[in-house]
Amino acid sequence: MQSYFNQIADFLTSQLSGEEVLTMGFSGEDSDFVRFNQSKVRQAGYVQQRYLELDLISGSRHAASVLTLSGVEEEDRSRATETVESLRKLVPDLPEDPHLLYATQVCSGEQTGDNTLPDSGDAVERILAGGAGRDLVGIYSAGAVYSGFANSLGQRNWFSAYSFNFDWSLYLRADKAVKSSYAGFEWDADVFAGKIDRAGEQLTALERDPRSIEPGRYRVYMTPVAVNDFIGLVGWGGYGLKAHRTKQTVLIRMMEEGASLSPKVTIVENTKEGVAPNFQGQGFLKPDQVALISAGALQDCLVSPRSAREYGVPTNGANDMEAPESLDMAVGDLPQEEVLARLDTGVYISNVWYLNFSDRPACRITGMTRFASFWVEGGRIAAPLDVMRFDETLYRAFGENLVGLTREREVILEAGTYGSRDTGSGRIPGALIEDFNFNL
Amino acid sequence: MMEQMKQRFLAAAPAADFWSFRLVDETMEIIQVRQDVLQPVTSVRDVGAMVTVHHRGGMGYAATSDLSVAGLRAAGERALSWAERTRASSVVDFTKVVAPTPRGSYTSRVERPWSSVPLADKIDLAKTECARLKTDRRIVDWDVLLWHTAGDQLYVTSGDGEVHQHYELLTPGLGVTANEGSETVTRRFGGFDLGRQGGLEVLDQVGFGEHAPTLAREVIELLEAPNCPTGTMDLLLEPDQMYLQIHESIGHPLELDRILGDERNYAGTSFVTLDMVGNYRYGSDLLNITFDPTIAEEFATYAWDDDGMKAEKEFIIRDGILKRTLGGATSQARTGLQGVANSRACSWNRAPIDRMANLNLETGESTFEEMVASIERGVLMRRNNSWSIDDSRNKFQFGCEYGRIIEDGELKQVVKKPGYNGISATFWRSLKMVGDSDTRQVLGTPYCGKGEPNQAVRVGHASPACVFADVDVFGGE
Repeated sequence: MQSYFNQIADFLTSQLSGEEVLTMGFSGEDSDFVRFNQSKVRQAGYVQQRYLELDLISGSRHAASVLTLSGVEEEDRSRATETVESLRKLVPDLPEDPHLLYATQVCSGEQTGDNTLPDSGDAVERILAGGAGRDLVGIYSAGAVYSGFANSLGQRNWFSAYSFNFDWSLYLRADKAVKSSYAGFEWDADVFAGKIDRAGEQLTALERDPRSIEPGRYRVYMTPVAVNDFIGLVGWGGYGLKAHRTKQTVLIRMMEEGASLSPKVTIVENTKEGVAPNFQGQGFLKPDQVALISAGALQDCLVSPRSAREYGVPTNGANDMEAPESLDMAVGDLPQEEVLARLDTGVYISNVWYLNFSDRPACRITGMTRFASFWVEGGRIAAPLDVMRFDETLYRAFGENLVGLTREREVILEAGTYGSRDTGSGRIPGALIEDFNFNL
Repeated sequence: MMEQMKQRFLAAAPAADFWSFRLVDETMEIIQVRQDVLQPVTSVRDVGAMVTVHHRGGMGYAATSDLSVAGLRAAGERALSWAERTRASSVVDFTKVVAPTPRGSYTSRVERPWSSVPLADKIDLAKTECARLKTDRRIVDWDVLLWHTAGDQLYVTSGDGEVHQHYELLTPGLGVTANEGSETVTRRFGGFDLGRQGGLEVLDQVGFGEHAPTLAREVIELLEAPNCPTGTMDLLLEPDQMYLQIHESIGHPLELDRILGDERNYAGTSFVTLDMVGNYRYGSDLLNITFDPTIAEEFATYAWDDDGMKAEKEFIIRDGILKRTLGGATSQARTGLQGVANSRACSWNRAPIDRMANLNLETGESTFEEMVASIERGVLMRRNNSWSIDDSRNKFQFGCEYGRIIEDGELKQVVKKPGYNGISATFWRSLKMVGDSDTRQVLGTPYCGKGEPNQAVRVGHASPACVFADVDVFGGE
């Protein structure tokens, strides 16, 4: 696929004239998707897709187009040529773009993974065997994911990974369930069996009569998966330079009032340790790390090329959304095995769900507990918790009320598949928090 | 092109009990102006096909952007292979699913085609409206969006089914943000909630050229306004919040695949169970909800769903009682329940599942003035900006951009960050007034997320303004 993309890029470059510059982005995947319900198969299928994004630039004028590629070279050359010609007609009539910025210094590179995936049919058999006698529901996604960048100045970047992500849960009844996932590059039967066994054990704890609690403030422990969702939401408009300069960042109180989080909180966009491509759509490379929050204080912004030009600062290779892709939260000193004892009495939140800002300037986040969340008494799990709504600010939860972060972290590979399979990831600890607000 | 691709597929169709070939050819053009600067004009052409087979009780699909005979043959073989390999473990016995074999065509009603106006003029229009938004030094960001989509879908089946559907959609939007110190507020019109079917006439229908001054004024009002008070009071929701309330707490819980558990690992389950159909009191007598694919200008209007089922208007809730759920042919076969034609996919590369399409709240008889006059103490809320609901679609919390206090039957001061929460199973029973047709708006969003693999589909919601009694209301901090 890499050579195919490069051939298309070389061909299109040969079609340019005068001062024209062409940037070319490629995204594609060959994916098996198998859904499960009641430990049976609900839908099984395969998706092969390839997209080419072209931006034709003439001076400061430009226009972009995205087209589907077939994978048949003659057909794709024809489609791409047609697209470039239509952009060529369009560009002279457009105004100059004062915020256009693209890489002019050639920085080529490649990140290619080996294909050690199991046959998807075999993986499905193993999943069905693991779920036998239980109520397993979820999705197995597996196959190749490709991403590429090229420009007519000669830059070529390529990323490919062959990964699987089995995102699943075991249900006891109604909404009482255990959530888990198994993601990676090579299937290990023992690892999978261990995950199934652990989920089964947790399911046993859900058999007790559930506990409903009254709205109010409680001491809680959030697992790394839950913290990933809570902290991850802040990436939606929190760290981007545009959001900061237009005062729309949810971290505005850190900007304007000197508000801070707990000194225990350090958050980094850690491209080096992530699994996403290290280049972006205009051809800029991402630094290994961008410090977003250091010891509770606001640090650097994610700066896309467009924001860089608009606000006159250097880009750090952020995507157009200026959102993190490889979130890294520093560990604390709370040993994982002491979590229940340190929680003592309160709520163990395994998963959260449907988070949204209920007050953006206050960075107040509402959402639900989900899956195997428990009421804990005296350091022991007492009962499964009926779902509760929380509504709490980042500043309280990860500021004055943060008791500690775990010494261990989980590597979380995003299972999202909107449009394409997500290559985002997180390295996140768990968090012990007091006076966490539940309101419904 | 469609005919050529069909012939290619027919030359390579799999030998299966049933097959379907769904070809989608969609184009988009996006014009966006931010702070009076034209953003990169972007066009999209997305073409691909999905082959689905039912074979010996199993089902498999394969989607591909390779539309050569070889590519389509490979897709057919892959789909058949999945059907064979999973038939013994399928949660659905596909021998019991009677796949429709429809014939016909559908075309969006378009009065002023997008292409009838030169791009430069459309850019000028967006720039003109954008320039009207910056009216105060405290306005820190402002933007205008014109997003056009046109698509053709060909659905061909074994058994001689063939349907061609052509749709055109327009999603206009304006937004303005104001700041003072550490307070920032935004007012928007359209964007993610105002998608409609049609051409440029949509701009006239929604009064696109009339909203900039109002938004610019309201955003400053909000910046200077107090927070919405906290308490239990009556709530008057405008259609641009009602659409979200309908979507989240009626639409999703009634999707039959959720009730059947398919979505439990991701989008969630439902507080609704199969035994409630026909007898459950979902809301007050004033609540009438329809699945309506017949409204020409509504976002998700079509004549057949993506499994080939004929789309017709159906009452889902009548006089407050749940009458049927939202399930397509497969879900209907699994349950024996009546459903609707709502098996839909976001594009060629995702398989159809139960979605809500156009789900509307039928109008009542109250005028806006009567609704305001009826409220002794309450809040009016306009335009959703925050949404969250539990995985059973019960405990919800929603926020709006703009609120106004209602006291003694009169609209009073503006309040910012108005929000409310409740429980679906009881909330709709507190519906005490439904607005007349003068208060009704046809809205739609391109971003309804669900499914594994994930899909964001277009849905339409038409609703009048409504009043709810004794709702827990709150503001910002």
